Amino acid sequence: MNTATASRAPRVDPQARRRLATTLAALVVAWPMLVLSDFQPWRLFDRDSLAVLGGFLGAFLPPETAPDFLRLLARATLETLAMATAGTALAFAIGAPLAILGTRALSISRIGPGPLRWRGAALRQMVRSLLMVLRAIPEIVWALLFVRALGLGPAAGVLALAITYGGMLGKVYAEILESTDTRPARALLEGGGGRLAALCYGLLPSTAQELVSYTVYRWECAVRASVVMGFVGAGGLGQLMDQSMKMLNGGEASSILLVFLGLVLLADLLSTFLRRLFA
Amino acid sequence: MSFRLDAVGVVHPNGQRALAALSLAAMAGERVAVIGPSGAGKTTLLRVLGAALRPAEGDVRVLDAAPWDSSAGALKALRARIGTVHQAPPIAPRLRVVTAVLSGRLGRWSTARALRSLLHPSDIEGAHEVMSRLALEDRLFERCDRLSGGQFQRVGVARALYQRPDLLLADEPVSALDPTLADATLGALVAQGEATGATLVASLHAVDLALRWFPRIVGLREGRVAFDRPATEVTPALLQALYASEGGPATQAPPPPGSDAMPGLPGLPAAADARGLRSVCR
Amino acid sequence: MNAERRPLPALPARPAPCLRCRVVLLAVLAAVVASFVYLGLGFGALLSAESLGHMGRFVAEFFPPDLAPDFLRKVGTGALQTLAVSALGTLLAALAGMLLALPASGRAGRPARRMARFTLNVLRSVPELVWAAVMVLAAGIGPFAGALALALHTTGVLGRLFGETLENVPPEPEAALALSGAGPVAAFAYASLPLALPQWVAYTLYRWEMNIRMAAVLGFVGGGGLGQLLYFHLSIFQQAQAMTVLIAMFAIVAVVDAASARLRRGLGPAYA
Repeated sequence: MNTATASRAPRVDPQARRRLATTLAALVVAWPMLVLSDFQPWRLFDRDSLAVLGGFLGAFLPPETAPDFLRLLARATLETLAMATAGTALAFAIGAPLAILGTRALSISRIGPGPLRWRGAALRQMVRSLLMVLRAIPEIVWALLFVRALGLGPAAGVLALAITYGGMLGKVYAEILESTDTRPARALLEGGGGRLAALCYGLLPSTAQELVSYTVYRWECAVRASVVMGFVGAGGLGQLMDQSMKMLNGGEASSILLVFLGLVLLADLLSTFLRRLFA
Repeated sequence: MSFRLDAVGVVHPNGQRALAALSLAAMAGERVAVIGPSGAGKTTLLRVLGAALRPAEGDVRVLDAAPWDSSAGALKALRARIGTVHQAPPIAPRLRVVTAVLSGRLGRWSTARALRSLLHPSDIEGAHEVMSRLALEDRLFERCDRLSGGQFQRVGVARALYQRPDLLLADEPVSALDPTLADATLGALVAQGEATGATLVASLHAVDLALRWFPRIVGLREGRVAFDRPATEVTPALLQALYASEGGPATQAPPPPGSDAMPGLPGLPAAADARGLRSVCR
Repeated sequence: MNAERRPLPALPARPAPCLRCRVVLLAVLAAVVASFVYLGLGFGALLSAESLGHMGRFVAEFFPPDLAPDFLRKVGTGALQTLAVSALGTLLAALAGMLLALPASGRAGRPARRMARFTLNVLRSVPELVWAAVMVLAAGIGPFAGALALALHTTGVLGRLFGETLENVPPEPEAALALSGAGPVAAFAYASLPLALPQWVAYTLYRWEMNIRMAAVLGFVGGGGLGQLLYFHLSIFQQAQAMTVLIAMFAIVAVVDAASARLRRGLGPAYA
């Protein structure tokens, strides 16, 4: 046992200074953050806004059930579903070909490697960059732009979904195709088969389930996104809710919210069912 | 009277009997070693003594109190006077040694002091003094997961020493240490007992250590007390009978090479549920 | 050769066609077609020369983006505001999530667990934009509403993840401390919190990254920042200014992506 070192040892926490510095730095950063985001929690308890909010929330119960409104609600729901489905379908039409172009699993020039390998690599890189650009801007921004260009209505939402989700589907499809065992596909390509044959007979059998699973998951997200895009004018439940809220009609808003939550739940169930079916 | 167990019986949830009509008592300041083959019930016995496990049968009195008939507050106060050294120290790996050692006295500190000590350790001197008794004072501000297995086990011992309990229970406290260190660490535990008048009960698998440091040896076999004698009266025949199923008693051998990794805690299962993070589809 | 030819063995019976798969596939195709029909998307009209010309003119109005220093300063402030909104929202959500994670992990009994989980689910299910629309009523138009909206939704997400982390934390360290007499708060802070905190911090940082994108967009319903700027300039048909804002949005997201990849490789500091 060491008794000699007992008196000399440092008695100061070496971390103490650094912790103090970090705390001060955090405070220095926190101040502008609070100022920029207009942090005034007492505004929440301001009498007028409490009255407005209270009135709105108070009208939540009972939810609006007038038959005219319910008809409107049903139409909006169908519109949202249609928007999500059409958007995902278009996204598939965009993403799938791009994925086939951009995946290394179907590259013929990589076998060997063959001649002009750099050309294949360059093409794949361009496709990847294109997919990234498609994904980079949130779909709601596209929706806003398309509403300005094409007017109010679901068309804007469908196109917005097609673009962003096309990018996402393309990227994930390419990754799924590359992450599986590519030897069957390569064997077909080495035997002189075409890319589509290699895809259908070599890659799809092992990846079909995952591809379908992800596509259905994207559709489920599209349902949610369609409602959100409605807030900028792309129709469906979102536009209806935006209108109800602007008129401070709490009853209508709560009906729409309930339908939305139910829709999301249904989409989740449907997606689970479909995914299990293809397992 | 430090503790008294009367016909205590414990049955594991899976139906196996851990202790059967076990009776044991000790006076304050005694040093008792509990030895026996694996599965004899040593850990269970220590847990009953530490008011951690309520026996199905029998009577338990620890430090002049009946733990299972006390109020929650009284039980908490009682537990603050009982220190346990676990075989695999149950200490969060990212904690620094100083904080791990100081957590021994959480039973006596107010919540405010406890939380303040997380930001800045509130008794560095005390922790340092305890660590120097175990020759580890130069590791005081290191993270626990940067220590070797033996060093980490000694941190567990340091924590119990820092607590200054009236009853010190040690479950295989030196299993990861080489013979020299094991000897020295037991020496520190014994010294603390003598200095504070605490009772020391240790379960050991190395019989030679037990005989060397403890004047009273309790042999456990299949949940019962096989013998309870002064160390001078423990014969090789007794030991052979005790360890018959294991082919004879063991001594403290140096830990096998490669066992320097940290004993104990599994980490958290790896990363995020990606779907949960992406819950709103991004 | 006229040698006897053995008759070929009979072909094995064809496996039964997966009727369910075909039905589902047909149903999916029908749904897709029906969607297009229902929406009445006249893609013919959309791709007509006139409409394409119209779109082309619309796109041309975005270039060149307005780069006047005054406006750039405004966009810069908007970008900082977006970052501040995302940071404040995520921070509030992390704190609230930690609080809700305790009952949600079962530490306060089953009924509390159910209630906590229900609350977290509701918070999560409502999209941030809807929360923002409600928060605008409560706190007025501006970045504070956006921050609150982010905080509410993200609490649902983080609270659930934090709770799951807590459930997976090994209970031995906290039990050992309780056994030496420590109170519940102290035992939690010295044993379970250091085990859970690194994972919690990782989740929070990851979610912050996503929230930056979201904060940019919440401005569309009045949540301040770049979104509000974009919405404003688009509504008064100032496409050139809108383009600048779009570029700023894109730049922020790109920078955050790069920074987070680098940060994630760093090791965390000691706990206490």
